[in-house]
Order: sequence, then structure tokens, then C-alpha cells
Amino acid sequence: MSSTTSNPNVNYLNEFKGIGSWLTSLDHKRIGLMYMIAVFIFFLVGGIFALLLRMELFAPGGQLFTPDQYNQVMTYHGAIMVFMVIIPGIPAVLGNFFLPIHIGAKDVAFPRLNLLSWYVFMFGAALAVSTMFTNKIDTGWTFYTPYSIRTNTAVVQMVVAAFILGFSSILTGLNFIVTVHKLRAPGMSMYRIPLFVWAVYSTAILQVLATPVLAITLLLLVAERTLGVGIFDPKLGGDPVLFQHFFWFYSHPAVYIMILPAMGIISELISAFSRKTIFGYTAIAYSSLGIAGVSFFVWGHHMFVSGQSEIAGVIFSFLTMLVGVPTAIKMFNWLATMYRGSISFDSPMLYALGFMFLFAIGGVTGIMLAVIGVDVHFHDTYFVVAHFHYVMVGGTLMAIMGGMYYWFPKMFGKMCNEAQARITFVLIFVGFNVTFFPQFILGAMGMPRRYFDYIEPYHSLNRISTMGSWLIAAGFFLALYTFIRALTSGPKAPMNPWGAKTLEWQTSSPPPFHNFDVEPVVTAGPYEYK
Amino acid sequence: MFMLWMKFAGASSFMPTSATDIADRVDNLYAFLLISSFIGCVILIGGMVYFVYKYKRKTDTDKTPYITHNALLEFLWSFIPLVIFLAVFAWGWLVYHDMRQMPKDALEVHIFGKQWAWEMQYKSGVKTSNLLKVPINKDVKLIMTSNDVLHSFYVPSFRIKQDVIPGTYTALWFNANKMGDFHIFCTEYCGTQHAGMLGTLQVVSQEDYDKWLEEESLVSTLPLAQRGEKIFQVKACASCHSVKDNSIKVGPPLFQRFGAQEQLVDGSSHPIDENYVRESVLAPNAKIVKGFQPNVMPSFQGQLSEVELSALVEYIKTLK
Repeated sequence: MSSTTSNPNVNYLNEFKGIGSWLTSLDHKRIGLMYMIAVFIFFLVGGIFALLLRMELFAPGGQLFTPDQYNQVMTYHGAIMVFMVIIPGIPAVLGNFFLPIHIGAKDVAFPRLNLLSWYVFMFGAALAVSTMFTNKIDTGWTFYTPYSIRTNTAVVQMVVAAFILGFSSILTGLNFIVTVHKLRAPGMSMYRIPLFVWAVYSTAILQVLATPVLAITLLLLVAERTLGVGIFDPKLGGDPVLFQHFFWFYSHPAVYIMILPAMGIISELISAFSRKTIFGYTAIAYSSLGIAGVSFFVWGHHMFVSGQSEIAGVIFSFLTMLVGVPTAIKMFNWLATMYRGSISFDSPMLYALGFMFLFAIGGVTGIMLAVIGVDVHFHDTYFVVAHFHYVMVGGTLMAIMGGMYYWFPKMFGKMCNEAQARITFVLIFVGFNVTFFPQFILGAMGMPRRYFDYIEPYHSLNRISTMGSWLIAAGFFLALYTFIRALTSGPKAPMNPWGAKTLEWQTSSPPPFHNFDVEPVVTAGPYEYK
Repeated sequence: MFMLWMKFAGASSFMPTSATDIADRVDNLYAFLLISSFIGCVILIGGMVYFVYKYKRKTDTDKTPYITHNALLEFLWSFIPLVIFLAVFAWGWLVYHDMRQMPKDALEVHIFGKQWAWEMQYKSGVKTSNLLKVPINKDVKLIMTSNDVLHSFYVPSFRIKQDVIPGTYTALWFNANKMGDFHIFCTEYCGTQHAGMLGTLQVVSQEDYDKWLEEESLVSTLPLAQRGEKIFQVKACASCHSVKDNSIKVGPPLFQRFGAQEQLVDGSSHPIDENYVRESVLAPNAKIVKGFQPNVMPSFQGQLSEVELSALVEYIKTLK
């Protein structure tokens, strides 16, 4: 096989042929693409559920669903988007593909483990989706006890699925940590790895340390339902609030599993499209680790009104403020990177700018929610829904889209239609704000979340919000069209279409099977625009 | 100037009518947060827009300066946000502290959350459902627990909220300074009718409150059917069973049903008589009406006296 790598027409996509060569491939790039296809499909499913939710909320009273059906759709939207789209979205797709290339490696440290993680993921996802055809679950993605103990829906099956999906996440994280430590090319010191790698590395630490806690919690919930062990069930002397502590001990760090890699992408995009070295490399790198570290100590801000002690609430409010600092540092660093740059408006940069806009709003509203006296009013209202969609969708999804347009030429060797990519951005960006900004106002007005129905004063804003969701949908369908067109008839991509400096742009598009024909020797940092 | 800004932010914050002093304090803090957030966003987004415009790429060979860091700037943009964050944290703590400081000598009412209604139990023995009537300018303390799953008691106009947990008590307090009807929402997802678990908090004058309490305590002397109607309201039966027509809410309608034949899910039928009603209240899963699911209705075993059961039967007879 090494004899063919010098042939420029042979790359990782066409060196081996047939579906079998994909399903047994140990190549990190192919596994990344297999994850991508899976995540795209789940995103489509989760997105359709989102559109259905918004349709139901178009007006008060029942529109499409019974209350039970609405609760099921709400649960599947959340569970699919969290466990099967946003958590694996960047690390397993773009991380898998680019982390080894970024550090000049041929592959991840444990290629077989990498393939196993994909199969584990698919198995867990299949189990989760299969509940849609049996006894649809209605607990919300948070599985709060004691409702999840009492409801006669497929809680056990779904929780086991989330447990299995968690294993996939742990395996990927473990693989990345070892890869970053052991497989860097000669000269690639820890301070020369791209910030995307720092971000995915910080994420990997969270995946490895936090996910086992979720696993234990979910197993306890299964034990509670099947054996009646009485840990969470108040009827048996258990404590239902304990479940929330366990659950958020994982699920808050999981929020950073979702956003940290997105911040890594944004660091790459801002530097590449400003043609300027990143401002504060060390500060950004360490702020990723800082966020990862502090994220373990803020879970209680999900529980300000849960009945936890008042002093606990105040301490968690304080600690949550500390997460705001490294996040602010990143925002200012990106801004400073743009200062005196040579800024282009290629579509990936539009998404990076969109990210900064939306994440700024998501960030300041996060601070509002961390202020405990104010959160009591906003807790479990649409204000929270709007906030986490601004950071998760406005943040992570914007970054995924920017990353897709940025790396698409490298991954497939084809260029996307730039005009379509920009129209997509406008549709998603405008649609997003139309959908979610009114939800801040709804939350301030007091509309609780997870409501199938609402009172008349909330009508007009809900209607606007639903209309916005159609714009977002139009944007994503256009993106899908752009990607398919680029794959089938896009112009051939050059090696480095954006003039960026990181290592993936020093190899052919698409890369050869072993990423580089000759092992790179690194003599400079990743952003040396001079 | 600052106060003017606060007023402006307060007026455009879309918060519901404020009806307690605590709510005003929450709104002041929220107005401050809105203004400082707005300024923060103007700096970040405005700076971004300005740079994008000012440093737009002119040629493909633009040279950019090599700036890696600046210690002073980095210190400032870490330290200033930290100071602001700690300031709003402390302010939020103060408000929260008073929100949670339970008053002594308050009017205490017990609240029971259940799927899907709020039950209020006054110390005098008066029970209501989805209606909490309290006097104005009086400290009121709510002692809350749940019969089944988690609920959360939320009064937007008072800016207070507290989860209601089975197996333990949680508490809230308020002192309303406006008369009127305010919404009570359930804000912890609790199943099918979560969105329908609405209540009204009615703030009235002390005289009206005393009069109302007096009237309510006379219920036990009412005729049996009227007493049944009261129980029907208090137990929130009406949130699942319609009594004025045959529309289906969650459970089977009861209008004009007494004496008829009920079609059951197993294909058989059963006459709706006194014992059928009694069994349906105490052991709802014993007979499931065609088209409905088991395990939806909770059992009322042990919650109703014999007289109360008879009163319910008599009330259902009158639904014609």
C-alpha cells in the first residue's frame, strides 16, 4: 500500500473500495466520516422533532399532538440532539478526522478501539431509536426521578442506550488523550499543537472522567426500576434529588464536552481567515483546561430551586461565575486576533462571526442565570431554553457548520458552492435569532418549559418562534443540497484553498491513507502568518 | 443617568406584574444585568463588526502584524469581568438570602402537589384545589410536599419558585403587596398534564379572606350532593373528567353516565352503579374503560372518608 501513496490520484477515499472496506476500516478519517453520516442522520431526525415541537406550540391548545405525544417528541428531540448529535458531533467527526493530522500523526493511538467506539455508538443509537417503535419514552432527556421510576414507558431501554453511548464517548476520549501525548510528529511540542487539538484534548479529559458517573447513575436508575433498590424512590426511602446531583455531575461537564471543541474550531477559523497569528495561544489553551476543570464543580446551578440547601446554592452560584472568566478570555482573544488582520468573508468565517455574536448573547444570559436571586424566577422557564440553545445551537452548531465548510475541501477534495454557503448562513443565523430570541422574552414573562400548552399572553411570541424554525430548516436543507452538489460535481479543491498554516493544509486534498507522504517535521507554531 | 437607564431597562424587561417587595428587588438586579449585558455585547459584537469592516482583506497578499499576546490587556479582560461577575453574584446572594429567610408568625398553608393539581390545606381544615387565597400585606409561608412525582411551585408575579418533592417538605414565603389574581405554574416536568397544572393565587383584603374562610368551613353541613361537588373540585377530579358534556380530557367523561352501561377495554360491559363508582375511585385499575390506559388515574384509597365517598356518588348521580 505504501507504494501507491505517492500517486496523487490515490487517497484515503479511493485506496480501498466497497462497503466492507469502510465498515472494517481502521483509518481515523474513514471512521470520522462514518460518524459524520450517522450524526447527520440523527441530526435530521432530531431536527424534524424540533420542527414538530414548534408546530405544536404555534398556537395554544392541541395542534398536532396529544399531551403524551408532545412529551415523547420533546424527549426524543432532547435525547437525540444531546447524546447522538452534539456530544459526538465535533470530537467524533471532525476530531477523529483532523486531530491526528493536526499533530502530524498517521492515525490515532488505538485504531481498533476507534472502530469499536463507532460500533458501540451505532449499537447504542439503534437501541435508543428502537424505543420509538415500542413504548415511547416521555421523561425528558434528563430522566428525573421519581417520574422516570413511575412512568410505564421504555425508560430502561433508553437509559441502557445512553449508557452504551457513554462508553463510545469514553473510548474516543481515551484514544485522543493518548494520541495527543504519544503520537505528535517530531518538533510538534504541546505549544505547537493547534488550539482545536487543545480543545478536543480538554474535552477528552471530561469524557473520560465525567461519563463513568453518568454510567453509574443510569445503572442505578435501571436497578431502581427493575429491582426496586430504593436509592431514588421516596416510597422506598430513597432520595429523588440525589439523582439530580448524580445526573448533573456528568451532564454539566457534558455541556462543555459540547462547547469546548466548538471553541477550538472557532480559534482555527478566526486565525485562518484573519491571516493572523492567534492572540494569546497559551491563554486560550489553558482556558480550555480551566473550563474543563471548573465544570466539575458547578453542577448545582441546575438545582437552585431543587431543595438543595441554601448555602450549597450560593456556593454553586459563586463557582459558576468562575466559568465565565475563561469564557470571556476566549472571546476577547478572538477579537484581538481580528485586530489588524486581513479578514475575509469566506463562508467558514461567517459562521465564526455568527458564533461570536450568538455566543456573546448566550454567555451574558448564562451569567444572568448564574445570579441565584434572579435564576429563581428564570429557572425552568423558556429563558433557560433560549439560553442553552444560544450556546448549544448558536455556539456548537454554528461551529460545526463553519468547520464543515472549512474542512470540506480537505475531507472530500471538492469545493462547496460559496454563494449557497453564504445564503445558508443567512438563513440559519436569521432563523435562529427569530426562533430563540423571543424565547428569552417568553421566559422573562414566566412561560415554563416542557409545556404542551400555554396561556394566551404567550401566543404571539410563540408564533414568531415557530416561524423562525422554518427558516433554520430551510438553511439546513440548503446546506445538505450544497454538500451533495459539491460531492457530485464540485470543482476540485487545491491543497490549501484558504491559505491556512496548520498541518492538514500541507498534505493533499483529500489526504492519502497515511495522511502525509513523508512524516512532517515541525519547526514552527500552527499560526505563523508573517 | 444610571437610574434612568435602570427605569428604561425595567420597563422593557417584559417581566410580569410585580406583586411583592422581593419581586421589585429581583427586577432591579435583572435591570442591572440587562444593562451590563447590553454594554458587554456592544463591546464584543460592536468590536467584532468594527474590526471586520476596518480590517477587511484588501489583497490576497496582505501582511498582518505578528502579535502573540499582551499581558496588560489579558489581565484587564480577565480581571474586569471577574469583578463584575463577583459583584452580581454578591447582589444575587443578598436577594436570594431574603427570599429564603422564612418569616416567623406567618400564615402557614400546606400545599400538596399531585398529578396534575395543587391542593391547598389551610390550618382551619379548609381545603381548596388550584386556588390559594391569601390576605394582602401578610407574611404567608407555604409548606409543600408531593403525593407522587416532582413538581415545582412557581408564581411569576412574585418571582419565587420551589420544587415540591415527595418524601420531604420544602417551603416558600411571600408577602403580597397587590390585590388580584396571579398565576401558579408547575415548572418541574411531571407527565401528561404538566402544562395543565395551573392554579390561581388570589390576594384579597383581610376581611374578604376571613369571610371566605368562614364560608368554606361550613361545607360539612351542606347537602350530600353539594358536598360531593366540593370534594370533586378539591380533589381536582375535574381536571381529568368532564362533567358538563361528553368531551374527553384525560379520563372518561362523567356527564350523564350514571346508570348507563360502560364498555370496558376487555370487551365486556358493566353498569355504572354506586359500587362501580366507588371501585373506580379507590382502585382505578380494576376496570379500564375502552379507549383509555391503565395507571393514569391515581388511587384515592385512604384519602376519602365513607361519607365523602357517598357524597361523590350522589354528586355524580346529579350530572344530567
